[in-house]
Amino acid sequence: MTVQAIFAHLPILQVIMPLIAAPVCVILRRGTLAWILALVVSWASFLVAIKLLAQTLDGGVISYELGGWAPPWGIEYRVDVVNAFVLLIVSGISAVVLPYARQSVASEIPRSYHALFYTCYLLCLAGLLGVTITGDAFNLFVFLEISSLSTYILVSMGWQKDRRALMAAYSYLVMGTLGATFFVIGVGLIYMMTGSLNMADIAERLQGLSGNRTVRVAYGFIIVGVGLKLAMFPLHTWLPNAYCYAPSSVTAFLAATATKVAVYVLLRFIFTVFGLSFALAPETLTHILLPLSLVAMFAASTVAIFQVNLKRMLAYSSIAQIGYMLLGVSFSSLTGLSATVLHIFNHALMKGALFLALGCIVLRVGGATIVSVRGLGREMPWTMGAFAAGGLSLIGVPLTVGFISKWYLIRAALEVGWWPVAIAIVASSLLAVVYVWRVVEAAYFQDPPEGRPPAVEAPLAMLVPVWILVLANIYFGVDTELSTTAARLAAETLIGGWR
Amino acid sequence: MFELIVLHYNYWIVIFLMMAGLYVVVSRGNLVKKIVGLNIFQVSVFLLYISMGKVSGGTAPILTGEPETYSNPLPHVLILTAIVVGVATTALGLALVVRIREAYGSIEEDEIQADNRAVEAEEEAQSR
Repeated sequence: MTVQAIFAHLPILQVIMPLIAAPVCVILRRGTLAWILALVVSWASFLVAIKLLAQTLDGGVISYELGGWAPPWGIEYRVDVVNAFVLLIVSGISAVVLPYARQSVASEIPRSYHALFYTCYLLCLAGLLGVTITGDAFNLFVFLEISSLSTYILVSMGWQKDRRALMAAYSYLVMGTLGATFFVIGVGLIYMMTGSLNMADIAERLQGLSGNRTVRVAYGFIIVGVGLKLAMFPLHTWLPNAYCYAPSSVTAFLAATATKVAVYVLLRFIFTVFGLSFALAPETLTHILLPLSLVAMFAASTVAIFQVNLKRMLAYSSIAQIGYMLLGVSFSSLTGLSATVLHIFNHALMKGALFLALGCIVLRVGGATIVSVRGLGREMPWTMGAFAAGGLSLIGVPLTVGFISKWYLIRAALEVGWWPVAIAIVASSLLAVVYVWRVVEAAYFQDPPEGRPPAVEAPLAMLVPVWILVLANIYFGVDTELSTTAARLAAETLIGGWR
Repeated sequence: MFELIVLHYNYWIVIFLMMAGLYVVVSRGNLVKKIVGLNIFQVSVFLLYISMGKVSGGTAPILTGEPETYSNPLPHVLILTAIVVGVATTALGLALVVRIREAYGSIEEDEIQADNRAVEAEEEAQSR
């Protein structure tokens, strides 16, 4: 078997490697062995994702036929620059989180569950990568459920530390299943009208069916279903508890990837499958996405300011950040879409760094609340430094990725002449200043609470992943070449469609 | 109007089951009942898919060698997968309920939330 022959199968390798490694982890039984396997597989998928992105950056589309069955009859994996970019984000974050996970998991989850933890983690990774790579609408649903079911388990694994994790996982299960079922109802109605499940084929067959009531109902079901999955305001209620009580490494991984993949699915269906020529699309964008995203930006940020638990604070901040992503979509312009894709990437970097830093604090102090971080600026300088840097990026300070996202968003708003929206973007960033400053103030300007033994700095194996993400925040904030080029190409592909 | 109801009776059954399931999920506080509601909701989608695959006058899609009309087998296959997903969801949901019962001693949502609120109020008080 030559290298060339393997390269031809990269799209399927991307998904199948973690999918096969997951049950192997159960057989290995020992947590350390399972962790090593997960690490190797995760890095291998990262390399595959880099290769796939390099192949698609020239605007090409890779079509892979599963089992040699030609589309639209067989399942097709279709990689263009949009999903190659999302694949890179998901596998890249996983490659950074896994080295970190070992010590964090060891301290938060009972030993006997470690191998099962990595099994679920790999299944979740395989599901997210599968959702992103597939070109088949029903296959997308199956992968969505693989990732969701494993996510519920991962969230519930925080029960040893706090029993509320169980209730969080349960509510997430109910909401997530409703969302996925809504999605599958939509796919069924589309199948009824077009007789196809291949997304590119559906896009062609839907031409001229724009006024059909069944297709319109399908559109509604899909938007609401995916909206639940991506925590679109006001369908976000499952998110704060799930992120708050899940083990720290799970929170970091999910916050940086799961909602982003759902945003990608939304983009794919609005722009590629239904297309902007679909009668309801412009109305959804300006009358639903725009107001909801603006409300999310302000309401969720305001709620974040009053949180005691810092993980919950960042979870609310995530809802606000998803608002920024949807805001970019609602402009339905090239710059707006670029801003969305760019923010998917940038937000993964900043939230990844912030949640990983919180995980270090949880490891050393036992919990990340506004009280427990008091005085940590001196005791854990590297961790708190990373948190402060990530916070600056979240606010959108120049020389960080957050600034680049907001710059593009504001440009997109001014381009279509919506200057009040541009002002809203800046104003909501000020709310981020408030909730980030609360933490920085407590860590650097307040004395440690009485009775807490002095904390030591987090271990190197956890600090290095945190700082890799922090440096990425700064690197991609200065040298924006790669991220903006990929984002612009992705936006062009989305608007141009698969033709 | 009469035709709308009678000729599309399968869709009316689907809609009834869908709404009944959704209503149970939203209105019941018992965690097991919520899972039952979720199940009914999912089953309605199974029926939606399966009934749309029916071709009037068609037989079961089995290869006999003779040309004949047969129903579309694809929705059945899709729903086979969806049933597996549904079973997995139910199993996981019930497993979580068992753990919740062990941790809280209750499977009533309002009692559990009252417990959680008490803990949250305590945390809030400590941060003052």
